[in-house]
Parts: sequence; C-alpha cells; structure tokens
Amino acid sequence: MADSGAGVRALPVLNTPIGHDSAPRHVSGEALYIDDIPEPPGLLHLYAGQSAHAHAKVTKLDLSAVRAAPGVVAVLTPADVPGKNDISPFAGDDPLFAEGEVKFLGQPLFCVAAETLPKARAAAALAVVEYEDLPALLTADAALAAGSFIEPSQRMILGDARAAIAGAPHRASGHLQVGGQEHFYLEGQVALVIPGEGDDLHVWTSTQHPTETQHILARVLGCQDSAVTVEVRRMGGGFGGKETQSVQWAAMAALAAKVTRRPAKIRLDRDDDMALTGKRHDFEIDWELGFDADGRVAGVAFEFASRCGFSADLSHAINDRAMFHADNAYALPAAEIVSHRTRTHTVSNTAFRGFGGPQGMMAIERALDAAALQLGKDPLDVRLANLYGIAGDLTPYGQTVTDAVIHPIMTELAASCNYRARRDAIQRWNAANDHLKRGLALTPVKFGISFTTTHLNQAGALVHVYTDGSILLNHGGTEMGQGLNIKVAQVAADAFQVPLASVRITSTRTDKVPNTSATAASSGSDLNGMAALDACEQIKARLAAWARAKWGHDPVFTADGVQVGADRFSFRDFVNQAYLARVSLSAAGFYKTPDIHYDRATHKGRPFYYFAYGAACSEVVVDTLTGENKVTRVDILHDVGRSLNPAIDLGQIEGGFIQGMGWLTTEELVFDAKGRLTTHAPSTYKIPTAGERPDVFNMAIWQPGESRENTIHRSKAVGEPPLMLAISVFSALTDAIASVGGHRVMPNLDAPATPERILAAINDVRRRADG
Amino acid sequence: MTRPIRFLLDGEIRELPADTDPTLTVLNLLRYHLRRTGTKEGCAEGDCGACTVVLGELSEDTVRFRAVNACILFAPMLDGRALFTVESLGREGHLHPVQQAMVDSHASQCGFCTPGFVMSLYAAQREGAATDAANLKDVLAGNLCRCTGYGPILAAGQAMGPDSHAADLPALTTALAALQPTEGLALEHKGRRFFAPRSADDMAAVLEAHPEATVLAGGTDVGLWVTKQHRDLATIVSLNEAADLRAIDEFGDTIRIGAAVRYADAHATLARLHPALGELLRRLGGLQVRNLGTLSGNIANGSPIGDMPPALIAAGATLVLRKGRVRREMPLEAFFLAYGRQDRQPGEFIEAVIVPKIPTGRIFKIAKLSKRFDQDISAVCMGLSVGVEAGQVTDARIAFGGMAATPKRATAAEAALTGRPWTAETVEAAAEALAQDFTPITDMRASADYRLEAARNLLRRAFLEVAGAASSVRDAEAVAYG
Repeated sequence: MADSGAGVRALPVLNTPIGHDSAPRHVSGEALYIDDIPEPPGLLHLYAGQSAHAHAKVTKLDLSAVRAAPGVVAVLTPADVPGKNDISPFAGDDPLFAEGEVKFLGQPLFCVAAETLPKARAAAALAVVEYEDLPALLTADAALAAGSFIEPSQRMILGDARAAIAGAPHRASGHLQVGGQEHFYLEGQVALVIPGEGDDLHVWTSTQHPTETQHILARVLGCQDSAVTVEVRRMGGGFGGKETQSVQWAAMAALAAKVTRRPAKIRLDRDDDMALTGKRHDFEIDWELGFDADGRVAGVAFEFASRCGFSADLSHAINDRAMFHADNAYALPAAEIVSHRTRTHTVSNTAFRGFGGPQGMMAIERALDAAALQLGKDPLDVRLANLYGIAGDLTPYGQTVTDAVIHPIMTELAASCNYRARRDAIQRWNAANDHLKRGLALTPVKFGISFTTTHLNQAGALVHVYTDGSILLNHGGTEMGQGLNIKVAQVAADAFQVPLASVRITSTRTDKVPNTSATAASSGSDLNGMAALDACEQIKARLAAWARAKWGHDPVFTADGVQVGADRFSFRDFVNQAYLARVSLSAAGFYKTPDIHYDRATHKGRPFYYFAYGAACSEVVVDTLTGENKVTRVDILHDVGRSLNPAIDLGQIEGGFIQGMGWLTTEELVFDAKGRLTTHAPSTYKIPTAGERPDVFNMAIWQPGESRENTIHRSKAVGEPPLMLAISVFSALTDAIASVGGHRVMPNLDAPATPERILAAINDVRRRADG
Repeated sequence: MTRPIRFLLDGEIRELPADTDPTLTVLNLLRYHLRRTGTKEGCAEGDCGACTVVLGELSEDTVRFRAVNACILFAPMLDGRALFTVESLGREGHLHPVQQAMVDSHASQCGFCTPGFVMSLYAAQREGAATDAANLKDVLAGNLCRCTGYGPILAAGQAMGPDSHAADLPALTTALAALQPTEGLALEHKGRRFFAPRSADDMAAVLEAHPEATVLAGGTDVGLWVTKQHRDLATIVSLNEAADLRAIDEFGDTIRIGAAVRYADAHATLARLHPALGELLRRLGGLQVRNLGTLSGNIANGSPIGDMPPALIAAGATLVLRKGRVRREMPLEAFFLAYGRQDRQPGEFIEAVIVPKIPTGRIFKIAKLSKRFDQDISAVCMGLSVGVEAGQVTDARIAFGGMAATPKRATAAEAALTGRPWTAETVEAAAEALAQDFTPITDMRASADYRLEAARNLLRRAFLEVAGAASSVRDAEAVAYG
C-alpha cells in the first residue's frame, strides 16, 4: 500500500495493472452474451428478407407463401410499423424495411418471426420479389462522377495552400486508394426483446449506444422513450460497428415483440452480419504537397472522396474526422482539405475505431514519404522536421496544439529501437539481396479526443452506497472488451478508498442513466469516469457535511477506513451511521467536457479537448516475386497520459495496432459487379491470426505522459489512437518496395497491401525506375 | 440395430437417441439442448475457433486430445469419444491453470473468442505440445481474436504449465475403452439417415446400398453444406469410424494413406516425405480443421483450390477408389474431370491415397500464395517435382491449384523443361508456357493477371531457391544490426 506521507494510506487502485473485471467469467464461459441468456418461453426467432439487387424498384413483393410457411407467426413489413419506418441516427434516410425501392444488395425488405430460426430463414426464402433495376453506383468514383452525395462537399482551409504549393521549391503529388474494413467483432449483431405491460419493452441488445437504440425504437414503435428500456451487460466486440448499426436488428425484434406480444430474438449469422452492416469507409485520396529542401511542408492540398453507402449514418462526422486528421502530427503552414461524401448503392458505411481519422492520416503520411524519397532524405527526418511543437502549433481547423509531446516520443522511440542503425543495416542488406527486400518506417499518431459534435460530450453515472458498505456503480458507457467498467470502478473505489471488490459493476441501462452518448470516440473512461467521480463526490460531500456537524471534522477516506478527527470507522460502519442519520447515499453524477466548441460551417474552432499521441516503428520484409510479406519487428511508444490501468491500456495499444495492421495488409473487402460483397465470412475475409503478430513486438507506455487538461486523474483516451500506429507498417512496405527501384521512384501502393497489390507496385516501380 | 450415440461429457456417459438429427451440430447441441453456452458461434464455418471444444479419442492404450470446431461437427461424430467444453475445466470452484493463465496474462478483452482459445490451449496442454511462441502460433492459428492482438494469449500459453488433469488419464482411458461401440451407427431422423460403419468393407457395402449418399469424412467441408448452404442432406455415410481406413502404411517406396486419416495424423509422415509437404499441411486450415479434415476429403470434394492436390499430383500420387468389392487405381490428376465433377461413380469412395516417396536429389517445391499466411485458402498453389541429371531435366511434374477449374498439371510448362538444361533460360521458357496451360479467373482471392504472373514467378523462384538465391519471407527475422 502506498503511504501518502502523513500516515494515511491510499489504496493502490489507480495507475495499477488490474485485470478485466469479467476475465474469470470470460475464461470459464460464464460471461453471458445475449444469445446465452436462457430463452424465454414462447420466444420467436427472426430472419430478415433481403434485397437481391443493389438498386431497383420493387415492382412486386408477394409474401403469401412466407406467411403460410410452417412455424411462421408473423411477417413484418412497413405496414406493421406504428411509428416511423426509419432507424437512422439523424438523417431520416435509413428505413427499417425498404419500401418501393431498394438501395443496396441485402437491404431488409421484411422480417419473418417464426418458432425457430431455421423455419424463419426457410420461410423468408419463399418471398416472391420482382425488381426493375435502376442504375447502381457501387464505388466512390462512380458516385463522384454521377454527383451523388450525402451532403455538400466540405472544405477546410488554412492559408493559401495552392499558392504555397506553387511557390515551394519542391512539389509532389499522387493518388492513393484506402480500402474499407469489416469490424469482425466475434459476437455478431443480436437483440432480444421481451414485451412487458402496456407498451413497455425490455431490450437486451449488443450495442454501443443504448440511448439512441431506445429513442429510435420508440420512434419506430410510436411510443414514448420512457416505455423502452435498453440494457447492455457486455458486447463481444464493437469497434464502432455497434454504434448505429445494431439498431436495425433491435428495432425488428422490438416490432415483432410489439406485434405478437411474444418475446423475440434476432441474431445475424456471420455472412448476413458482414453483408448487411456497414464498415469502415474506403477512400480515394488525391494529394499535392509543396516543400523545401529539408522536407518542411509549405502547403498541402488533399481531396478525399469516401464511399458512404446508401445512407448518411454517421458519415458526416466520420468524414469530418478524416479532415481533422489530414495533418496527423504535423504543423501545415497552409492546407486545403476537400472532402466529398459519396452516396452509393452499397451498405451504409459507419463508425470504425478511428472514425475517419486513419484515412486522413494515410494521406499525409503518403505525402511525406514521397517528399522524403524525392529529396533522398530519411522519411523520419522529414517527419521530425514537420511536427507540432517543432514546426508550429496551429491546426487547419484553427485549434492551437498546446500539448504536443510527439517530438520527444518519436526521438525516444527512434533511440530505443535503434532506428538509425537498422536503417543502415537494411540499406546494406537490400543492396546484397535481390529476391527479398526489407523496409522500415517510424510514424507518429496525434489523435483528437472529443466527439466533434460538441453536445455529445456529456455523460451520466449513478452510484448507490448500501449500508453494508457495498457500492453499486452504473454509468452510461458500455463494455465491449475495452475495460471501461474496470477503469470506472477503479475511479469509484479510489474515491471512497474501498477495495475494488466492494464496487459492483452492473449492466448499462437506459432506465438508470438516461440521455447518454455512444461509447465511442475513445471517450468512454474520460466521460463516464468523470461522471462517476462526480456522483461519488456528491455522496462524499453529504457525508462530509454530516460528519462535520456530528464530530466537527471532515472525514478522510483512507485504505484503513474513514478517519474523522481522532476516530476511525470502517467504511461500512461510517455509511451505516450516515444512513441512520438520514443522509442520502445515492447520487446521479454528470459531466460535460469543458472548453470545446466548433463551427461546422467554417470548419473552425476547438473541437478537441486534448490530443493523444504515439509512435511506432515497423520493419518488414517483402518477396519481390510474389508480394508475400511479413512484419518482422515492431516497436511502440504510446502516450496515455497517466495511465489509469496500464494492463488495460497496453491491451488497447497492442490490439489496436494489430487491427490496424490487418486493415492495411490482409483485410480486403471485395464487391462484385452486382454490388454483392464476396468476402462475407472469415474464409474469404482475413483478419490477422496469432501468426501475423510480429515475433519482435516491443511496446511501452510513454512514462512522462500526463494530460495537460483536467481529465480523469490526468489519464488520456486510448481506444482508437493505437490503431493508427499501424500506418508504420504500410510506410515500411512502401519503403521496401521503393528499394526495388533504388528509392528513385515513389511506389504506387494502395491499401490494403495484399500480396497482389505489393507485386503490382513492385512491377510498376521497376518499369518507372528503368524508364 | 438402432442404438443411441454415446459419448462422455464431464466423466458421465451421455446418450443421444437414434432419432437424433444427424446434422445437428455439436455447437447447437451444447448451446440449445444442453444449455452449455460457454461455447460460442463466431462464423459457423470452422474459420474462427470461437466454438472450439476438445475431443478425447481412444488411441491404442491412451487418449488423444483434439481441438475441433463444434460448429461444423455433427453430433454423431461424438460417438465413442469424450467431449470437453470450457465448462468442463474448472474444478471445485477453481479455474483450470489454462484459464488462470489467461486471466493472469490479461488475455481476454471482449471475451467472446476466449473459451475457444482456452480449449485450444487445453488440448495443447493435454497433448504436451511445445509452448514456444512459434508452436503456439500454430496451435492457435485457427482461433481468431479481434481485441487483444494475441500477445497476451501467447503469454498465457507459455505460462499454462504441464497437463494439470494428467491424473485423470487412466480413468478416462478405461471409460473410453468401455464406451467403444462394437457395431456401427445407424440413425434416422424424419427420413434423414446416417450410417457410420466400422470397417472399410462395411463402408463399401453401405455405400453400395445407398449410392447417392453423401460421403462424410472429417466434415470440414460437408459441415458447411449444412451450416452455410442450409442444404438438406438425405443420407450420409461416414467413413470416420472405419478403423482400417485410418491406417498409414508404408510399402517400399510408397506410402498408403487411408481415407479416414486426418491431416493432423498424416502431418508427421508427410513432413518426413518432404519438409515442403509438412509446411503445406501446417498452413492448411487451423489445427481444428486438421484435426478433423482428411487428405481424401480434400481430394474428393474436387475443389480447384484445395491445398493438397497440386502437391500430391507433383509427387505422383495415385488414388484407390472402391465400389463394393471392386477397386480401381488412377493417377490423382485424372480424378478431376471438370469443375464440380470428378471421376467417382455413385456408390464409390476414395479408399486411399498412395504417395510415392520423393527420391533424393529431385527438386521438389510447394508454394502457396494467399492473402494471409496461416489458415487461408490459396489464391495460387504450386506443386513442382523436377528430375535433373547431369544438368539436364529428365522429367517434370508441375501442378497448380487456383489456376483452372480443377487442380491441373502444367503440361506445356513441363514440356518446356523436359530434356532441357536446368538453367534460368529454360525456366523462363517454362514460365512463359504457363500461359498455354492456364487461363485463370478473377475472384475475391486474386485477379487473373496476378494468378498467372505469380504462377510464373513461383517457377522462377523455385529456380532461384535451388541456386540459393531466394528464400521465404516466412523464415526472415528482423534485420541484424550494430
């Protein structure tokens, strides 16, 4: 136990590597996911009937055979929707069931509720649907050409980028494709709804956004928000894929429960889950850079076109975040960032860890790699010369970076991973080897923390202290594996100086904490930790007032109990006495992030409370005959402020990195000419296995880290930022490919860097270097 | 002769009646009939490992522990075996050491894949598998985790210690021995029939009586017909229980591998034939797939992208087909007639694959290209066997998968090599000739252009490898420096 110096011992609960609260239940199989909940009697199983065309008028929808099929209890269509046939978060363009026109292949047209899932599925196949095809825009380029957008294109402007580029001593430009990514949470979308009295519904769903689920279900059903209770104990992974895209399934189950008055469950199998739910946006990126002889950027112009899919979903904010991160960690004296958000006839793309930020960063990292190659300089030196804190502090959106710690992080990492010596060794190795080529890259991450939609930066918590000294903790955040609950429990345990075992972690429920934001934007512990702390402090303040009145002393909460003057009480005894004195031991906490604002019309403001930083160095080897490749070593140094829980944070760093590496290497989404996703299962869509984890993987939390802002115990958000550390892998692959042409021409490598794309880039480099 | 399916679960004999749906998966049996929900469905196609359970199988006087995917394992395949699930591990309220190691290593985040990892590690622990990182990566290649990045799970594997249930082994062996059926299984569920004869002769007889039946071996393909394609299989005949089809026999210069021999059991033998065959098997599926799937099944399903046929064709393998008492033998390449069509008559089954030993001095190469190294299906797969004497190519057998509608020999490329000096120029001519042999297609795994170019480069790489001028990125370590 730590000694605070005055003889008062503090519990070692903060800044401590404590395991995930559910770990013993995970490993024993006792942790309950929604499909594990004992099925209530009379449960109906749902299956969604889907469009077979990407864009078409539905000229006939005959469901009579479906209704007559064995085991079918109800077939739900738009006619059954008592409220609004829309499950969109705000844009009103996302129907629960398509009506009249289908806008992507797989779009739900109706839903079968049957006694068993096989019966529901078999019945759905009996629908007679006739289509009249309409032109289908399947790619961002096609939609761009057709002028199909979810909103007007956005421009973020700093200075006169065109003039700066034109006037710069050196210029480079290029095009980069960045592929999308399937979330591949291991637990697919699932919801279970049990109808109660009147129009009450209890909804168990695997969602990152219980409040929005509640609101949308009420809207679909035409009832009050208060009639719908949404509960989430845990998700089997989310990664953004259950922020909005979980709602459609919960809404179907809720509608079925309402119509039939029976419990209803829907669970998508893997193929349906992958085909019917949105993914990370793929991007087409044009970039142009002006720079000086040292590689310092004079001006940059980016033009992004992303594929949003058939509806807006969260694409406005996602594409905004791509613009916000087109600077990554670099002070750009002049920037023009244009963003086109194309509406296509494909599944609606959505939030995914990084939320557009990764795609934005890819643009600037590619541009800096190109500048370095053109100047014959080490890309690390070009990167270092342009960092915030070194080259400037103003972002393209007008926020001043006041917490730049990226230069010390990158230089520390370069030293600890022997970057310079390895750069030399690789140069020698490549000179001596023709068949295999190696590459190396050290890249930074600066990630803005806050929802850029300012009002979302609020959170609530509910804390009950019982008279036996046990504490029940509830907050608006959801647990998807990221360790949010243990972090918030640590905050509460620390506040009262009680053992973690005294703090009971419970499921997230809209009837306990209302009007919450999604657990997203890496904000979970920042927001909910603060809200929980507020609740604890309210209770402590009441206890203090009571203690002062009774004993004339403020109570001090210590590891050994509550010290009041010369007296010491056990926590249990203390709160029990407070109860007898009629002190309320329950509080609703609240938090809103201070000091942030943003004007979307001008794209100026202070959208972010602070920035999280990190850097990674990746080393790769490439087979120049096949494009096969391997990451041979990774070194990471990452800033999480003062870590609340280093074990949890390291888990996020490693997991994020490997997930990002998959996005940029093996994970390829392929749609056919009809708009059908052909990579809709793990047999065809390849996320990293244990074998992809580099044999040498060194990872550390940056020890001086401490949030400059008043975040929860000076920690920083960690959910998303590490994903973008994997851009170092992509740059290292680019470096290896460039070696084939003696680093004279810049490789045109697109993401994901599959063996096929790598081989194509190698051949292209050879041709251009020889020509 | 109807009898129930009988298996052991947590030391107790469980019976499933003879009218059990034979295509009921073990995953659904566990989750929805036995309410053991620790075993999860992640993909229902044997590619993610979230449903991993362990089968204990009597093997002579001991028990072998195999991690398998419950999602594509049919319930009758439990017959005579012991089933272990994640709920089987803890004792008296305490976590099993594998589970405790996972907790201590922070190896679970969302927890959904976790029971599967626990069971893969449990099988490895019981089998006494090596716990170096390289071997653990193989052991766990069939388990996907989207949260952790795998480091903590590998750490748990290294910390889990030796078999902590070793003391139970004698009792388990005795119980399994007592459970061994003497007669085959015959099930019927609403007209759907399932037979599991216990010898090759019985197999031949049952299949002759039911010539249109689906032949089931490991089920790693047929299982997906049910879980993914939702097909209604009318009659299934499993060769899985025919003991004499499990044999691997060496006859002089050939090795005869019975139809029921699983990849995992053939692995050591094939690796001994040639290390390249061992490496190919290492990359075939995950361990859960290799613990069920068979060489013969990989051939019989006729897939153009099966991993084994190109290598086995290059090696000069032959097939023994059997119908009733009649056997015929054919070169493996002759079996593949067209896409989806093989030279197998109704009522006939592959009884064995005969693989000749690879003479020393022969150039023998296998190359598999895929987006991911482990547990992926090949975009292009090459088997190459070239005889060179006094610098001249005496004969060449080159076969490719992923390049045509069937696994197919590259006869033009072979001709371009044969009788010529083994030189870069000759190999270049053979590479060029591949365009005569193949007109590959574009699909989600690769484009036609990449397939043809990569196939040519695989020939070029083979030449460079023989000359010591090329090596695999798989074997590359981080650069040495300083």
